[in-house]
Amino acid sequence: MKFTLSWLKDHLKTDTTVDRLVDAMTMAGLEVEEVHDPAAKLAPFTAARIVSAAKHPNADKLQVCQVETKDGMKEIVCGAPNARAGLVTAYAAIGTTIPGSGITLEARPVRGVVSNGMLCSGAELEVDSDADGILELDPKLAVGASVAEALGLSDPVIDFEVTPNRSDWLGVVGVARDLAAAGLGRFIAKPAPTLKGVFASPVTIAIDDETACPIFAARMIRGLKNGPSPAWLQQRLRAIGLRPRNILVDITNFFSYDRARPLHVYDADKLEGTVRARLGRAGESFKALDGKTYDVTPAMCVIADDARVLGIGGIMGGEYSGASDATTNALIESAYFDALRTFRTGRATGINSDARYRNERGIDPDSCVPELDRATQMILDLCGGEVSEPMRVGRGPAPPAPVRFDPDRVRALAGMSVKPARIVQILKALGFETAPEGGAKRLIVTPPSWRRDVEGAADLVEEIARIEGYDKVPAADPPRAEGYRAAAASVGESRLRVARRALASLGYLEAVTWSFCERRHADLFGGGAEALVLANPISADLDCMRPSALPNLIRAAQKNADRGHGDARLFEAGPAYFGDGDADQARTIAVVWRPAPKRHWRTAPAPDLFDVKRDCLALLETLAVPVASLQHADPDQPWQHPARAGGLRLGPKIIARFGEVHPTTLKALDAEGPVLVFEILVDALPAPRAKPTRAKPPLEMSDFMPLTRDFAFVVDEKVAAGDVVRAAIGAERPLITDVALFDVYRGPGVPEGKKSLAIEVTLEPRERTLADADIDLVSKKIVAAVIKATGAVQRA
Amino acid sequence: MDAAVNATSTSAPDVEALERELTARIDAAADEAALEAVRIDALGKQGLVSGLMRTLGQMSPDERQIMGPKLNRLRDLVAETIAVRKAGFAEAALEAKLRVDAIDVTLPAPRFYQGAIHPISRVLEEMALIFGEMGFTLEEGPDIETDFNNFTALNFPEGHPARDMHDTFFLGRNPANDPNTDDPASSMAANRERKLLRTHTSPVQVRTMLRQPPPIRMICQGRTYRKDSDATHTPMFHQTEGLVIDEKTSMADLKGVLMAFVKAYFEVDAVEVRFRPHYFPFTEPSAEMDVRCDRSGGQIKIGQGDDWLEILGCGMVHPNVIKKCGLDPEKYQGYAFGMGVDRLAGLKYGMPDLRDYFGADVRWLKHYGFSPYLLPGLAQGIAT
Repeated sequence: MKFTLSWLKDHLKTDTTVDRLVDAMTMAGLEVEEVHDPAAKLAPFTAARIVSAAKHPNADKLQVCQVETKDGMKEIVCGAPNARAGLVTAYAAIGTTIPGSGITLEARPVRGVVSNGMLCSGAELEVDSDADGILELDPKLAVGASVAEALGLSDPVIDFEVTPNRSDWLGVVGVARDLAAAGLGRFIAKPAPTLKGVFASPVTIAIDDETACPIFAARMIRGLKNGPSPAWLQQRLRAIGLRPRNILVDITNFFSYDRARPLHVYDADKLEGTVRARLGRAGESFKALDGKTYDVTPAMCVIADDARVLGIGGIMGGEYSGASDATTNALIESAYFDALRTFRTGRATGINSDARYRNERGIDPDSCVPELDRATQMILDLCGGEVSEPMRVGRGPAPPAPVRFDPDRVRALAGMSVKPARIVQILKALGFETAPEGGAKRLIVTPPSWRRDVEGAADLVEEIARIEGYDKVPAADPPRAEGYRAAAASVGESRLRVARRALASLGYLEAVTWSFCERRHADLFGGGAEALVLANPISADLDCMRPSALPNLIRAAQKNADRGHGDARLFEAGPAYFGDGDADQARTIAVVWRPAPKRHWRTAPAPDLFDVKRDCLALLETLAVPVASLQHADPDQPWQHPARAGGLRLGPKIIARFGEVHPTTLKALDAEGPVLVFEILVDALPAPRAKPTRAKPPLEMSDFMPLTRDFAFVVDEKVAAGDVVRAAIGAERPLITDVALFDVYRGPGVPEGKKSLAIEVTLEPRERTLADADIDLVSKKIVAAVIKATGAVQRA
Repeated sequence: MDAAVNATSTSAPDVEALERELTARIDAAADEAALEAVRIDALGKQGLVSGLMRTLGQMSPDERQIMGPKLNRLRDLVAETIAVRKAGFAEAALEAKLRVDAIDVTLPAPRFYQGAIHPISRVLEEMALIFGEMGFTLEEGPDIETDFNNFTALNFPEGHPARDMHDTFFLGRNPANDPNTDDPASSMAANRERKLLRTHTSPVQVRTMLRQPPPIRMICQGRTYRKDSDATHTPMFHQTEGLVIDEKTSMADLKGVLMAFVKAYFEVDAVEVRFRPHYFPFTEPSAEMDVRCDRSGGQIKIGQGDDWLEILGCGMVHPNVIKKCGLDPEKYQGYAFGMGVDRLAGLKYGMPDLRDYFGADVRWLKHYGFSPYLLPGLAQGIAT
């Protein structure tokens, strides 16, 4: 919302500076976004009178002028054809920077004659586009007078944010009222005129749907003469960025901004029969003032006569019936439209007009008739003509309900102390009526018709606190948490925090990527359900909630590689979405390593899935998962490489997946492989057991040396090494503490289709040194267990 | 040698001369073999020192009294000097052998990957820590929410322009959910059940109020979404919000907590703040909080200068919200606040462009990320 300082002064008697105004507005809740002072850049330019103009001795198109300036008589060289004795124009002294050219003036000879200043055109001052001659100012203007003022450009423009609850701030009057209450000046009340109609309007009005249009008022003016608006009106509109058109249209725009009262003017000669507010009908359409044709629907409130749709109520009128310079008979509409319907219609049509902006915020219904009369009076003043008797249909909404208000609520809620008399004073200044409730200190407060946002005591407390000043609210000492506190974060959240630290110390960079991805990528990772597709995505490639962070990370790794930074090690500890229910959002840890190792003098094996498996297990162990109880699972996701990936499960529940990504998936993601990944489903991890004490169980250390024994088995190629290890370690617990698989051999001595696996078993005796017989017994158990589990043959 | 030989024949052999001679020979020995030759000459069965020792028996008791200790000392001295010299040879031999296997230690070691924690995670933890110290619990809720939790319970009127301020992402391609549907009534009914991406973390406040009785003192943090994308807006961003509900908490308490937060977060002791009236559907009175800042020189500095920077919105919880969340607004009151984590992170740690936060560019992550070993803590400074 924009207004100028002089416009504000129509309604507020004040001698405020712009700085004080801005401060008062901000502290009263009218957040100033910009102050534009057109006079600022024109400040150095003053009026000067050309006393004489003579031809330049060395140039045909130049004149040498003697000019009376604020700095005394100056000889100035000028190329303008209109430079002549007696002309009052804009003067710039040496040292001035010209806005249009950016050049700073120096006293230097122009074809041999020194010019001691400059006479300026409108283009040079950027006040208009006229570059053909110097400005011709009012000849009565005093030498040294401000050019900005002479051009009517000395009025600062204030642009501020209107919060959605305050439609009354969409009029300068509403701004003035709040600023008066805030102590910036005195509010100037201007009663609306009483207009007596001299004829009955031949055009009648009606409301067909009173929920869509609760009030419809109108006047007809006949015999008027439209044309360009007077300078003051044009200047006002221009200052806030509106283009003046003709008096009738300009007046409706003026009232929109002056009193937050949208109006519409029809050329009455184009109207047929009754003008009515009704719902649209399927198949109807009309051409609006913006030149576009809109289809009308039964959800929209239209204004129509017997022949056609004239406009969408409260949003935009039609081109056909609009007022033009030729209009002599006009119908002025002032109506109250349902805000919600206006909002929805506005969104459906995409029309953004000043009328929509106001009507959808809910304007003052009680202003329909008085502001109609005020506007009509202005038309009569500027265009002449005679006015019809008033027309008004509809009842309008009930007035705002009175609020029972205990002044103590101010202290209870705002924490500030305001005297009861001051409370009443503030409320009255804002237009509220107050009455004591039955002798008690309680008040009955009735909001004015333009403050339908005020519904209860809390709203009144805000009014009082904001006018009194939020800076008067004292700050209480902040509390300190008392005594023992349980962990502030949930188990899941804490695990993510731990995981971040662990992964960062393992060399991975944490990324935060969108919660959405492209639907076809979601499909690849088991997502893409209809319920998780965005109805209105920000772009087509971010149209679905991600079932995993992996696709985003794989693409990010590839992007880094494309930029020349291969070997990306990324992770994200964040959500994945499996459905739209509360329980369908999962905490996950996704890790992506796209290895592109640099060559190194000490050749190391290329990173492979065992590198990420190592990190995955390290992280699981950090997260207190009983790693020894984990079992391997086959790849169960289509994005996993069928032969170089797997899962880890605790019991039947998969808690992690690791390995290479399926080449087909990589191709669909436009990524090059191999890409090594793992993913931990944090919510599937076992809950930590509640323990009665923080103390750890006692440490048991054996006094006896551990010893090792090696075994080798020949097994079928398809037997998983993990099964051999599991069988061995489970053969005699807790005596066997570790099984290390140290060799995988295929070749001579091992039949085709088989492989030899060699393990080193660690035994840790606890009670006594093991005798040979004990060791033989354990060895037999190990061999038996492995044979039973895998069908192995022990290798001699 | 002559002296020693002479000593046997004369009455008092010159032990000192012999010592000088042997020491010189030991020092002159070039290798272990030469050293062994000296040892045999001196201490061998036929050696000089051994020979002199044998003469002791023929000496008078008085002579023996003098020569005995002298010769013993000489024998020990020669043996020890030889041993020291021998150890020196062994050491030198080992040293020489080690140098044969020399390795250029300036060769690069295998690469160590330095990981980092994203600034957003870092700042979320900092905030949780600060509010945790003031007794706030951390509550959680899902990103996919209902219209009720995100809007209706928070006193956003149906179809009110205030909802337009939140450009909401809706889920599901159900045609009844088309936001541009013509029929207000049917679209409103559909909206109530409709799933959307939360536009703020406030639904967690709603869930908490619906779940537990006051007193409530909580924060919530996480991802939030609005359909907005430019230099200062990303379609996904993060918030930290707080809620206190009891029977007497006022705006004065709100002010105190937020001022304490700003000091702790920005680590500036005397940062000036300002509360301005604002509008939010869910609070009444509502305010925005500005902090003093300096914008000169391109970067924003908090706590100095003559400019203001808006950092959060807050207010007293609207009675309608308290009511919609199943509590009695006549009995309970309290405050709520909410802040944009991404921007506050950028202000503190100097990340200039919000859009880079979610680009996963390894250069950005390395530069702006945090070491996993430097944890935020109130005692030693939140940013160490």
